[in-house]
Amino acid sequence: MSALLEVDGLGVTFTTEDGPVHAVNDVSLTIQRAQILAVVGESGCGKSVTAMSIPGLLPENAQVSGSIRLEGVELTRLGAGELRRLRGKQVSVVFQEPMTSLNPAFSVGYQIVEVLRQHERLGRRTAARRAVELLELVGIPAPSRRLREYPHQLSGGMRQRVMIAIAVACSPKLLIADEPTTALDVTIQAGILDVMRTLRAELGTAIMLITHDLGVVADIADRVVVMYAGRRVEQAGVDELFAQPQHPYTLGLLGAVPRLSVTSGARGRLTEIPGMVPSLHEDPDECSFAPRCPRAAADCRAHRPALRAVRDEHLAACFHPGPVRP
Amino acid sequence: MSGPAPADAQVPAPLLEPPRRRHRLVRRFVRRRLAVLGLVLVGAFVTLALFSPLLGSATAQDFANVMVPPSWAHPLGTDDLGRSELARTATGARVSLLAGVLSTALALAMAIPIGLVAGYYRGWADAVVTRATDVMLAFPFLILAVGLAAILGASLRNVVLALGLSQLPGLVRVIRGEVLALREQDYVAAAVADGARDVSIMARFILPNAMSTLIVQATVAIPGAIIGEATLSFLGLGVQPPTPSWGTMLSAAQGFLDQAPWLAVFPGLAIALTTLGFNLLGDGLRDVLDPRSTR
Amino acid sequence: MTSYLLRRLGAALITLILGSVVVFLGVHALPGDAALALAGEERSPAVLAQIRQEYGLDKPLPVQYLRYVGQALQGDFGQSTRNGSSVAAVIAERLPVTFELAVLAVLLGIAIGIPAGIASALRRGSGLDYAANGFALVGLSVPHFWLGLLLILEFAVQLHVLPASGYASPLSDPVENLRRMLLPAIVLGTGLSAVLMRQMRSSMLESLSADYVRTARAKGLPQWRVVGVHALRNSLVTVVTVLGLQLGALISGAVITEQIFVIPGFGKLLVDAVFQRDYPVIQGVTLVTVTGYVVVNLFVDLTYSLLNPRIRLSGRST
Repeated sequence: MSALLEVDGLGVTFTTEDGPVHAVNDVSLTIQRAQILAVVGESGCGKSVTAMSIPGLLPENAQVSGSIRLEGVELTRLGAGELRRLRGKQVSVVFQEPMTSLNPAFSVGYQIVEVLRQHERLGRRTAARRAVELLELVGIPAPSRRLREYPHQLSGGMRQRVMIAIAVACSPKLLIADEPTTALDVTIQAGILDVMRTLRAELGTAIMLITHDLGVVADIADRVVVMYAGRRVEQAGVDELFAQPQHPYTLGLLGAVPRLSVTSGARGRLTEIPGMVPSLHEDPDECSFAPRCPRAAADCRAHRPALRAVRDEHLAACFHPGPVRP
Repeated sequence: MSGPAPADAQVPAPLLEPPRRRHRLVRRFVRRRLAVLGLVLVGAFVTLALFSPLLGSATAQDFANVMVPPSWAHPLGTDDLGRSELARTATGARVSLLAGVLSTALALAMAIPIGLVAGYYRGWADAVVTRATDVMLAFPFLILAVGLAAILGASLRNVVLALGLSQLPGLVRVIRGEVLALREQDYVAAAVADGARDVSIMARFILPNAMSTLIVQATVAIPGAIIGEATLSFLGLGVQPPTPSWGTMLSAAQGFLDQAPWLAVFPGLAIALTTLGFNLLGDGLRDVLDPRSTR
Repeated sequence: MTSYLLRRLGAALITLILGSVVVFLGVHALPGDAALALAGEERSPAVLAQIRQEYGLDKPLPVQYLRYVGQALQGDFGQSTRNGSSVAAVIAERLPVTFELAVLAVLLGIAIGIPAGIASALRRGSGLDYAANGFALVGLSVPHFWLGLLLILEFAVQLHVLPASGYASPLSDPVENLRRMLLPAIVLGTGLSAVLMRQMRSSMLESLSADYVRTARAKGLPQWRVVGVHALRNSLVTVVTVLGLQLGALISGAVITEQIFVIPGFGKLLVDAVFQRDYPVIQGVTLVTVTGYVVVNLFVDLTYSLLNPRIRLSGRST
């Protein structure tokens, strides 16, 4: 049986006033049914752009190349109408900003019922009953009362649960969660992650989780893609990646994770990756991470390292891979 | 947690390498052809105003050539007293630009300290200022200007005063709002924590960062004041004859619409082009200096 | 909701009271002696003193103010010093004329400005967007009185299809009324439609880039629902506010438009009164204008709070 989602050689370029920006270069990934794939990287590494290109939600100044297939159907060739019917029905999105992602002018119920009536052609009453069930599913207490409330009356965590309820209303095959917990408190984060685990278990939803939080990744993901400056730099199963990180950038990210137990890290100190994310205007033939990399050598600045298997089921784009901490 | 964020996220714009920023702003401005057109229009009328004496006398009457249509000898024709419409329109540019720029400058000179104090200290000063601007804004601009012009008497100086005062409440409101927002920025909080004096915080952090808004507001206020001067003069409450003003010229032209229609065309065209120039310039500056706004 | 309303009502009342003080003091600051104006030809000191006593002009200003407001509240704005007629009656006669003009202009402004603003926001950067923006910029740059003169020049002087000036009552001759109101309404509505178009365009662009519109797209809603329901609802809120703020510009425009087209409305009444130094009329007209402005903006606030559940439900302002 083929994968649910196959992204192959994806490239996204934005035309801006200050010249073209190559936000995503040659990204390939697959997601199996009911699998949770985490895409990790710093802000601006292209992880959100990669995700938004799947349901065709990129701004108009974006040019997409490569192939995106959902159950074998090529999404990049779909017309606007076909793509629209797919959104919210087969592929759903939960965004980072729960505070602003719901329309302030309409009640929670209206915003859930709206998507049910759009895709499932449900009657008003059936849709309202279904909305109550959905709020229950995402763990919102007193759901029938909440239906009549407006977004500003809900906390950030509750709003994010509503967003998830809207996203899964039509039982999508793929849920794209773009930093769903970043804006929330740690205790509330755990609740949202629980909801996503429930969805995967009960509805068989595959989840593409965009995050920069490796704690979240370790908690919930099956497989991980690490992105840097619009490219994949490392890709592996979650246990493999945490046990044997190969790319110095991944090591840097791991070093930057705060540790709760003093025993595991030397002094529990947070190491920062020095330097800044490079500008994506030019695209020279060198390793994008070289300027910030402790292992950078002459070869890194002469050519861009290709992504290759460094271990079993483990890809990395680095001339000097290895799990040794810099 | 995720390594250093891009450095320009929190830093106020003027603190970010001024020469490079200015270069980028100039490039962005030049790319907006309409904004450049606005600058050219404004520049053209400023030049016209500066060199208007070269175009002949605006008051010399010539009863042998009364209401002559536009021709080579009289490029914009002559009026009912045989005066050159070209010289009068050019001299009118002086009056209009003077009234527009001076009244706006006057309003800004008053509005900046008031807005700074109200927005920075809040409290009772803010309450008084807000209440006062609310009351003044309940008077339509022209009603206020007509009232002030009636109290002060008709002259160019008083028109400038009346228009300046009429613009005051709107500008105070904008500046106060901007200061209120800037007051909450982290770098101001940091300066306060460092024990900087209020005056130095206002001068070093708040005013420079409010500058974009001020420049845009001034560019938008000037055409309003120019139309205001023309309107007051048209009504007979502004500049008095024989000094030519576009408003008085149009007012006089009303009586000769069927004999000398060109008299109603050129001064109005001059007002429209000048205000259009300032409006285009303002739009361009807004786009360049304040990328957040989508207008 | 109720507490919000009460607070808005209180603020409006204070603005009104302070506004009336400003009007009163402003008229007092006008050059010239009211008693002298009232006396007409007979200017002996005895007569002037008698007039001062009769009209309470010898009393201290606060007393005069309270007396004036007390009478104004009972609908008595005094008598015109020009012809002795009741100021309230003159205002009542002139106000409907200006009201009709303003309503026609607002309808015109909305009919052109709102659809043009939506269309140019949706087709940002297209020829249509440029055309609409160009129209708006010209509309903002052309002063009312010049547009009026040009329209008179074209339609009355050259083509002879519409009258250049004058007024006909809509009650006695509705067709002639509209014929005479058409050009003034265009003059007054052009600037308004330009302002509305630009506001509609910019708030629509803001809404279209808002997170909740992205959510609406992600839900797979058809374009008309994304734009017509999710984006429009929030954009209209700001446009309604701007429409209220434009009332001042509308009154300013009416003053000059009525002057050009010789329409016996409220604005012409004011300008004539200023030239005739008819202080009671100036005072009455300004007071009514300010009251109208405050009341309309109170209405706008109400509409705003109805469109915005945040205020409607919690009574908090944003």
